[in-house]
Amino acid sequence: MPLGGVIFITLFIAAFGTFLIFLARWTGGKAKKTSQAKFDVYECGIIGEEKKDTKISVKFYLTAILFILFDIEIIFMYPWASNFKSFIASGVGLYMFASMMIFLVIFIFGLWWEIRSKALEWD
Amino acid sequence: MLSMGNSTFEIAINAVKTILVFFMMVQAVPILVWLERRGSAFIQNRFGPNRVGPLGLIQLLADAVKFLTKEDFAPEAGNRFLFYCAPVFALIPAAIAYMAIPMSVPLVTESYTFLIQGYEVNVGIVFILGISSLAAYTILMAGWGSGSKFSLMGALRASAQIISYELALGLAIVGVILLYGTFNLTEMIHAQAGAFHFSAFGYTITAPWAPNWGIFYQPVGAILFFAAAFAESNRLPFDLAEGEAELVAGFHTEYGGFKMLMFFIGEYGHMMIASGLMVTFYFGGYSIWAATPADVQQWFADTLSVSNQVANILSVIAHFLCYTVKFAIFLWIFIHVRWTLPRFRYDQLMDLGWKTMLPWALANTIITATVIFVTSYFIL
Repeated sequence: MPLGGVIFITLFIAAFGTFLIFLARWTGGKAKKTSQAKFDVYECGIIGEEKKDTKISVKFYLTAILFILFDIEIIFMYPWASNFKSFIASGVGLYMFASMMIFLVIFIFGLWWEIRSKALEWD
Repeated sequence: MLSMGNSTFEIAINAVKTILVFFMMVQAVPILVWLERRGSAFIQNRFGPNRVGPLGLIQLLADAVKFLTKEDFAPEAGNRFLFYCAPVFALIPAAIAYMAIPMSVPLVTESYTFLIQGYEVNVGIVFILGISSLAAYTILMAGWGSGSKFSLMGALRASAQIISYELALGLAIVGVILLYGTFNLTEMIHAQAGAFHFSAFGYTITAPWAPNWGIFYQPVGAILFFAAAFAESNRLPFDLAEGEAELVAGFHTEYGGFKMLMFFIGEYGHMMIASGLMVTFYFGGYSIWAATPADVQQWFADTLSVSNQVANILSVIAHFLCYTVKFAIFLWIFIHVRWTLPRFRYDQLMDLGWKTMLPWALANTIITATVIFVTSYFIL
């Protein structure tokens, strides 16, 4: 396992990025407060009122929940897919093929139900 | 488990290798930005940057100097900690995922085998998918930390888009895993090396002039994977996160100077991962047209009458060049598509991901599994 290498390079990049942030701060200097408008959030020429607790569409949460369901179902197929040829070679191919097809029927039913119940309509 | 190697020498080699691959990625970004600006100018019939250096090649160096002299700005409404963390974290997922992609055959010496990649992960696909989808957190951090509604809406759109296309991407890869029966990228490349051969019903079809690339077995999967990769790396036609007509600049509205440049490095890093995976899954990785790595080394040893050691070094260089050419072609496709296609509307984007690409990827999986099952189970 290259876990040591992954951790090492993660820390290295984090240190490198922090160095870049501080370098840019040192060479550019802190922003001078010439006016309040400069430090307000960006708005198209008018005085900004809305803060970041703007109401956001519930569709984003729904998409995230549906993603978790379907992503787990897809990840479940990975070990099966990587072993499928060896299952066939060892003679249990028909059983593994049929059981995954039954699982996929459930998957397709879930997707069909999701589309039919208009969970994915953006208006 | 946590160690980077068995000896001090191995630890040093691994550390230097990972740092080298990271700086290679960072160094490729100015070239890609130059290519993108010159390419877009070429497509739109204008000049593009052509003043700084020959053909404008050191334009981005001048830009970097300009970025360094910009004053450091953070909006007062935002969360300063997240605002400064986001560009640093933008660098990480792209770089550590790219390191798992093999770029050439290993360099073999008497005592040690040098892998031409950052590190070898035996579950390469799962590792790269898992790490590269962490980019959604970067974008959310930037959007939330900026304290601006444009940033937040851009970040939400981007994360919803990334997770939606993650499904089609993950499901398109199931076909690849079925085909090669492994998660390991190096083993996949070995399965694609050499001449085209296909076994069905106990017979084997061979074509010595054609490569054994995955694209011939998984054409639909390749198209779905590439389209989803565009969405994952937030490139046009899927760059809804920064749709400038409606969201100013999306999640990096409040960013400028060097912090902006770091987001660019992250974005181009994701393009590089997508191109590298496309090459590895469907276009034979580093393998040369219809030749196995052993063939190439033998050819160098025979024609140049050199020792196996020298032939190995030459073979490493040849495979690396081959990988680079394939890789560059896909990077150019990314750039060409960006300046050719218009942007989607948001509901069209979501419909494409969930109602078109996901069912197609499902069909691809079922057909691939059925074909593998039927052709290897029933022997005529």
